[in-house]
Amino acid sequence: MDFGGINPVILIASLMVASVPILLAALGELVTEKAGVLNLGVEGMMIMGAICGFITAVHSGSPVAGFVGGALGGAALSLVFAFVTQVLLANQVATGLALTLFGLGLSSLMGQNYNGIKPPLTGALLPGFLREIPVVGPIIFGHDWMVYLSILLVAAVWWVLKATRLGLIIRAVGESHEAAHALGYRVRLIRLGAIAFGGALAGLGGAYISLVRVPQWVDGITAGAGWIALAIVVFASWKPWRALIGAYLFGGITVLQLNLQAAGSRIPVEYLSMSPYLVTILVLVIMSSGRGRAALNAPAALGQNFHATR
Amino acid sequence: MLRRTLLATAAAGLGLMAAGGAMAAGMDKVKACFVYVGPIGDGGWTYQHHQGALAVQEAYGDKVEIQYQESVPVGADAERVLTQMALGGCNIIFTTSFGYMDPTNAVAAKFPDVKFEHATGFKREHPNVSTYNARFYEGRAVQGTIAGMMTKSNKIGYIGSFPIPEVMNGINAYYLAAKKVNPNVELSVVWAFTWFDPAKEADSAKALIDQGVDVIAAHTDSTAPLAEAAKAGGAVIGFGQASDMEAYKPSPRVSSIIDNWAPYYVERVGALLDGTYEQSDVWAGIAGGEVLIGDITDAVPAEVKAAAEKVRDDIAAGTLHPFTGPIKKQDGSDWLAEGATAPDGDLLGMNFYVEGITGDIPK
Repeated sequence: MDFGGINPVILIASLMVASVPILLAALGELVTEKAGVLNLGVEGMMIMGAICGFITAVHSGSPVAGFVGGALGGAALSLVFAFVTQVLLANQVATGLALTLFGLGLSSLMGQNYNGIKPPLTGALLPGFLREIPVVGPIIFGHDWMVYLSILLVAAVWWVLKATRLGLIIRAVGESHEAAHALGYRVRLIRLGAIAFGGALAGLGGAYISLVRVPQWVDGITAGAGWIALAIVVFASWKPWRALIGAYLFGGITVLQLNLQAAGSRIPVEYLSMSPYLVTILVLVIMSSGRGRAALNAPAALGQNFHATR
Repeated sequence: MLRRTLLATAAAGLGLMAAGGAMAAGMDKVKACFVYVGPIGDGGWTYQHHQGALAVQEAYGDKVEIQYQESVPVGADAERVLTQMALGGCNIIFTTSFGYMDPTNAVAAKFPDVKFEHATGFKREHPNVSTYNARFYEGRAVQGTIAGMMTKSNKIGYIGSFPIPEVMNGINAYYLAAKKVNPNVELSVVWAFTWFDPAKEADSAKALIDQGVDVIAAHTDSTAPLAEAAKAGGAVIGFGQASDMEAYKPSPRVSSIIDNWAPYYVERVGALLDGTYEQSDVWAGIAGGEVLIGDITDAVPAEVKAAAEKVRDDIAAGTLHPFTGPIKKQDGSDWLAEGATAPDGDLLGMNFYVEGITGDIPK
């Protein structure tokens, strides 16, 4: 059952947990980009979600309230981005980068008095006897509710984008804002909604880090997860189910490298530590080699601001 | 008129010189500054240093002024912070992490009147640099004894920060003590390459637990490994590191190593105040009170507790040295002969695993 001293069942179970933050953030960013907005501030929104969720959970004593607080925190920061890019029509790339730096600083300020505090614990959702079932138990039944919610959200986003009128409008705005505007849709309002949704999911992902995975608050806790989420969106070519695969792949490599160390593997630690980032670069190179933008499935109006002339 | 001014200036100059002379003999007020590698709320290493700083304040009241800076990254930033402190009127600066070794010596060269105290390092390139350290490995031997007796899977784990001698001492002492009470024990080491990154420390602990490890010792600064062990619901135990971490009592935290810096800080600042300060190199352990073993909880059986306390007391009495031969290195070559104990020089430069530990030390 073991490969090189590593039990695949446990590995899969832990990669599902490790992937939740990047999966949620990538899913949010996917919707934002589908609406034609490139928000590079995912890292900033995640860490705002992490601290807002942490503060809410500590004061309310409820992890659920914490996740709601995290989502609100991420969404609030994303509205700053929305105001600057959609109302003031500033450059999206520059604004997004600034948003990350702002979020890191602000979260550090807000978290001053929260070092070393324990948040309320988020337990497993299902009763213990289900987790005892071999193989299926740890992988399918052994998680907390956020893991299931993240997968449900993937399905929901996929269905909304593919099969509903709302999804059609979001995609129309992202592909050609001029055409959507001509049809009478309010481009900037729809984009504002997409940005806020992206911010909320990034915040939710951040809250998962500070409330479940660590669970503690410390400056810079997201440690670059937001950038991996951005890479996953491109890796997934803007398709929700592929984002799930991408997130599990990246999360899996992170978990695997620590497990290989613990199992006494002879591969040098440094190679293992950089492997997730190497895979990111590799994937991006392969995805973009010799194919046009259309094949990559990128929204045609991605990163372009819209100003109604008529 | 001119002559009078000149005289007055000369008199003032003399007065200043007299004051300078008095400074060498003793000081009325000392500004003691501390540089921390993590936040004071880390619940571990930095928290404990800060407790020492607070003890200094308490001991001397108005005669000392405390200043500190948290989360100072090692490297170029540290030099900037140290320079700032020296310019800002600090009389004595405690740099509390191994990584500040070179910045401390570099800045000390520029400010010969300021005293520098570097924790856990070995470089004293200037007369105003002193070093101080604690024999943490003695505490590791106590933890190893508990680990060897408590493990059910015969797999114990260690989260390493950086492969520096201090950490190597800890890993080897932990393993040797566990092996002594349980010949079947296996040790897994995970290198986190950080002193303080709770996410990474938690992931490292989780990886160890996934590998079947049921006793985890951490050489990083936060409580995250214990938080991760707590999720296992009693199946996994660990130890408080640097601080007592009593929030995780009685399990998973079954004991702890407490770094007790307060007596040293109080003594050094006191020496500066009364003019007896001299450059020094202090390396005390359990016997000297710098390393305290935190309360061993009822989560371990009485005989385990007794065995661990015996190791602690024997080390304090000087009848037991955690590194007593015969010990071979990982590659099979001889290190210590039968009955020999490790000289301090070997410990301060330790860069190898002892025989029986698998895996490579990252470079």
